[in-house]
Amino acid sequence: MRPILMKGHERPLTFLRYNRDGDLLFSCAKDHTPTLWFADNGERLGTYRGHNGAVWCCDVSRDSSRLITGSADQTAKLWDVQSGQQLFTFKFGSPARSVDFAVGDHLAVITTDPFMERNSAIHVKRIAEDPEDQVDESVLVLPSAEGRKRINRAVWGPLNQTIVSGGEDAVIRIWDTETGQLLKESDEEVGHKKAITSLSKAADDSHFITGSLDKSAKLWDMRTLTLLKTYTTVVPVNAVTMSPLLNHIVLGGGQDASAVTTTDHRAGKFEAKFYDKILQEEIGGVKGHFGPINALAFNPDGRSFSSGGEDGYVRLHHFDSDYFNIKI
Amino acid sequence: MGIDSMQKTNKLRWGEIDDEDDFGFLLPPKQVIGPDQNGVKKAIEYKFDDEGKKVKITTTTHVQKRAFTKQAVERRSWIKFGDAAHEDAGSYLTMRSTEDFILERIRAPGIKTEEATSSAESMSHLGKPGTVLMVCRLCHMKGDHWTSRCPRKDLLSLGDEPLTSEPSTSTVAGTGGRAAYIPPSMREGADRKSAGSDMRSRNDENSVRVTNLSEDTRGPDLMELFRPFGAVTRCHVAIDQKTSTSRGFGFVNFVSREDAERAINKLNGYGYDNLILRVEWASHRPS
Repeated sequence: MRPILMKGHERPLTFLRYNRDGDLLFSCAKDHTPTLWFADNGERLGTYRGHNGAVWCCDVSRDSSRLITGSADQTAKLWDVQSGQQLFTFKFGSPARSVDFAVGDHLAVITTDPFMERNSAIHVKRIAEDPEDQVDESVLVLPSAEGRKRINRAVWGPLNQTIVSGGEDAVIRIWDTETGQLLKESDEEVGHKKAITSLSKAADDSHFITGSLDKSAKLWDMRTLTLLKTYTTVVPVNAVTMSPLLNHIVLGGGQDASAVTTTDHRAGKFEAKFYDKILQEEIGGVKGHFGPINALAFNPDGRSFSSGGEDGYVRLHHFDSDYFNIKI
Repeated sequence: MGIDSMQKTNKLRWGEIDDEDDFGFLLPPKQVIGPDQNGVKKAIEYKFDDEGKKVKITTTTHVQKRAFTKQAVERRSWIKFGDAAHEDAGSYLTMRSTEDFILERIRAPGIKTEEATSSAESMSHLGKPGTVLMVCRLCHMKGDHWTSRCPRKDLLSLGDEPLTSEPSTSTVAGTGGRAAYIPPSMREGADRKSAGSDMRSRNDENSVRVTNLSEDTRGPDLMELFRPFGAVTRCHVAIDQKTSTSRGFGFVNFVSREDAERAINKLNGYGYDNLILRVEWASHRPS
């Protein structure tokens, strides 16, 4: 396959997100402007100007009308996808690390980093239909058990009943969204040994995968938080995603960003590694980035995926037909 | 310029035609073929180049049809916004990679892990120098063996045939672990004589060198010449890359040694295309 290279960002990529129809791709980077691309030909459709810091995460509503972004400028912003206009700004006293729309798009979960005297926290915001009615108040604030450790990702569980979070303390937690209670914590024995960098849900919300700096990715049951599978690799995992079409897992990583300049790109293992979800065996890798991969996303149709790297490139891969009959 | 355009509107006499004029009317019209069922569309146009020569330009495009949802189609026509609204034409933010990237497989499909590792172990003791250069085209294993010596050659061609896992008398399996890999030729019931112990030596044995070929002789001619003596696996004539003419020698590989021997006996000194052929074994026999 000949990937499409998108060089819209001047700084390392942080996050990639497809909309539900799979025709739009949103990219976030450490430069301050999230960017919207057409997911088939990689043409740039627009940029969202207004943040004043690295943008860590974004999510798009089901109807592709609203975008929410979380940024290091201590805000999360709501955007009109089509025009690039800011609709609302949620202000926090600390950087917003991850954002996720709930099913129905009336709620959003936003995690904030520990900063100054503030501890890390998970905020649930109500998203109004009409941006005029939007309020800043959180519906629910979940205090982190490890207040000085970052929460790298929080997503909604099935039917918005739970929130699943993972972060630097390497523990995955499931919270009740009604009462704010902590329901489950991942077992220390089987869980990750180092910080969890990424968390990605299956299309049907039945399970999710976490990637960690302990050079492994783990597949968990969304309801019971039982460990299903472990995928081990040789480099810290920065990004994980699951194919919605085949039983494939894609891991992206590479060594620490600070060590990149001292490492040859061939030794760096900056490839997107494909694993069989069930057999836990590595299938192969797609090379191309010359920095660690920070973000991975599968198109909802499962026929293409994109990766974003520390090198500032988004690479959009449309699979060749032989990918679909790969046998282990 | 006014005169020029006047001339164009009037009927031209050939004497009035000068170099700057447009000869476009002399050319065949543009032709568009397709798209056919594979989505390939061909457009043929003609034009004059700078030297006034007629040039035919064939443009082949691949037309792809994609299904989009109604909303996605609507989004196609969205007006660009933000930085994308005033993007300079030469910015080239989006580029198609010139390099082809494939999903690089860890092992060839159809091979279980244990087999791959055990065969790798059995190969590792060979410790050949310069093994880094060796990449097997069949199983993509690096540094183990050449393609012709690939232990999985037969396996790959057979596809997903289930493997008989353990002949107890096998000598090659070494420790004879349950999943140790045994080449098909070494398995119980395999005809060891005919299978041969080594791909390479077998090929060499029945390879025949033909020299003093005429320049016009090509592979098919050689095939025609040697075919009557028995089954031929390979027929190759050395071609000079620059002049693409024959270099006057070639190689023919026979399946059986007897056939090769008969061919040598018969064709050595045979007159072919007004030259006298020299046919001999391609490599020196140790015996």
